[in-house]
Amino acid sequence: MQNEKHHIVPYSTYIIILAALVLFTFLSIEVTGIELGGLTVAAALIFASLKSYLVLTYFMHLKFDKPYIRIMVGFVILVFLAVIIITFIDYFFR
Amino acid sequence: MQASSQIPHDVSYLDYKGKYKGLLAWILSTDHKRIALLYMFSIMTMFFVGVCLGLAMKLELIAPGKTIMGAQDYNAVFTVHGVIMIFMIVIPGLPAVFGNFLLPLMIGAKDVAFPKLNLFSWYLYIAGAILVISSVLFGDGSPDTGWTFYAPYSFRTGTNMLPAIFGAFVLGFSSILTGLNFIVTIHRLRAPGMTWTKMPLFPWTLYGTAWIQLLATPVVGITLVLVSLERIFGIGVFDPALGGDPILYQHLFWIYSHPAVYIMILPAMGAISEVIPTFSQKHVFGYKAIVASTLAIAFVGYFVWGHHMFTSGMSGTAQYTFSILTFLVAIPSAIKVFNWISTMYKGSIALETPFFWAMSFIFVFMIGGLSGLVLGALATDVYVHDTAFVVAHFHFIVFGGVGFSFFAAIHYWFPKMFGRMYDKTWANVGWIVFFIGFLALYTPMFYLGMQGMPRRYYDYLEQFHSANILSTLGSWVMTFGLAIIVINLFRSAKSGAIAPENPWNGKTLEWTVPSPPPVENFDDIPVYGEKDGPYEY
Ligand code: HEM
Ligand SMILES: [Cu+2]
Repeated sequence: MQNEKHHIVPYSTYIIILAALVLFTFLSIEVTGIELGGLTVAAALIFASLKSYLVLTYFMHLKFDKPYIRIMVGFVILVFLAVIIITFIDYFFR
Repeated sequence: MQASSQIPHDVSYLDYKGKYKGLLAWILSTDHKRIALLYMFSIMTMFFVGVCLGLAMKLELIAPGKTIMGAQDYNAVFTVHGVIMIFMIVIPGLPAVFGNFLLPLMIGAKDVAFPKLNLFSWYLYIAGAILVISSVLFGDGSPDTGWTFYAPYSFRTGTNMLPAIFGAFVLGFSSILTGLNFIVTIHRLRAPGMTWTKMPLFPWTLYGTAWIQLLATPVVGITLVLVSLERIFGIGVFDPALGGDPILYQHLFWIYSHPAVYIMILPAMGAISEVIPTFSQKHVFGYKAIVASTLAIAFVGYFVWGHHMFTSGMSGTAQYTFSILTFLVAIPSAIKVFNWISTMYKGSIALETPFFWAMSFIFVFMIGGLSGLVLGALATDVYVHDTAFVVAHFHFIVFGGVGFSFFAAIHYWFPKMFGRMYDKTWANVGWIVFFIGFLALYTPMFYLGMQGMPRRYYDYLEQFHSANILSTLGSWVMTFGLAIIVINLFRSAKSGAIAPENPWNGKTLEWTVPSPPPVENFDDIPVYGEKDGPYEY
């Protein structure tokens, strides 16, 4: 554990990310006021994905981690996407 | 790792006297071996309860009409039986007991990566178990939805659902934390030189399992929260009257619960993959194929959940998709079976108790798996869905698979865990009685289901009587066998002959430390050389 580099992220970065997260939260609430029909869920998921992207990269330090950890996270996201797509095979064709 | 100079190297984990005494020395211990035994005794206690409920159901079904309980009691009994057996026994079973005990030993580590988190997982397990039990003891009526908590009934029924649902949620947390712990342990604490392709197969299956625990369990957690919110506030996610979709509940539930069956079966397969090479005294056949099939099962297993919902009213396109994917997942399972058989070919086979359990595992697992194909095919599933056939299928797989593997594992690793040998004759008698009882108990259900007997009813038509009698008799024989096995193991743990370090001539690392292992497992962390490997006979 000694030979791993430690990154110091300035507070300002964290604050910018926090502001972005709050902004996205408000947007995701606002967007429910617009009638999007079938895309409502997609809109909610897009905001959720953006937010988790920020949390993962900055708060959870993925940006500074070893590649294999990033690959694992990417893999998890793929599984997650596949699960959602397969679920919608039911909803779109019902 | 902190310095461990105070802990003596020649004191076994069972005899070690730490800061605390008596029970506290166990429930406050962060030693992975003690935590494994904590899990083992809690799981055995719950198993006893689950078995009693199962016997009660079989007694009710010995004759048509009401025998010992009415419809509502029967509904409660199969629900609590299912919740206990699935969430408290087969899901934690092998990872929490044998995974905890053996993972560090097999990869040459002193403990898991996060020992305190490990103990915390056990506390969560106990908390979840108490919550579920409290739903039976208090409130108005025990849960009666079945272990699947299907909406809309689960938020409509007047029975005491919330503690049971919350209990399952907490049990899920325990499972997630164990998974996380194992992933980190396997990545970071393997002995120097133990590359991925030199890691024994049981840790490999724990690795696959851990990923499922980590990724799938949160889904059921959220789902259970949603059901509770539906129940308390009527939020309208699952309630059709409020524009919700009850089939969405089934999707979310099975997105977890199908992968969960692989949480159960993968480590079971892993234990069998350890037993077979040892008792054949041969290098495991197709090591890489077994590893690949483990990962393939863990991966494809995420995408087949819809086969539980063929008759729910989901779209035809989804039905085809899930049916095809279900057939795909059978392939890696079959690969493992072929590899086990090839491992035995021309081996020098020792007919010991663990080997018998492994053989019967393959037998019942094959029957369970092949009946799964009947259920995975759309045309046949329509006939047997929600009949006794499904009950037979999953008992062959879950009880036959996980249960038999658990018994194989306990008879294999018992000398290591307790430092004593068991009485082999009684162990074999217990096995054969249990096996006969098991077949008599569940085989008739295949027949009954094909004849159209529905599951989850306390009553049945006269035409189903004779097969049900056979099944009930089987439940008694099997329980008798179980009693022989458990009593034999208990007596042997106390007064069996002292076990040597390596009674079966196994080649994995746990057989290089004394039985029972010292507190810190290894005096010096073992190093794997170029030529070393887990199964070099
Ligand atoms: C080749 C392998 C398998 C196939 C094709 C298969 C297929 C199926 C299908 C289609 C069902 C739903 C039947 C219905 O409700 O109509 C089912 C139920 C079930 N299976 Fe499997 N299965 C397989 C292996 C397993 C394994 C490995 C496990 C567990 C370790 C398992 C545990 C269960 C359980 C618990 C249920 C019943 C759930 C319930 O409705 O209460 N199966 N299986
Ligand atoms: Cu399934």
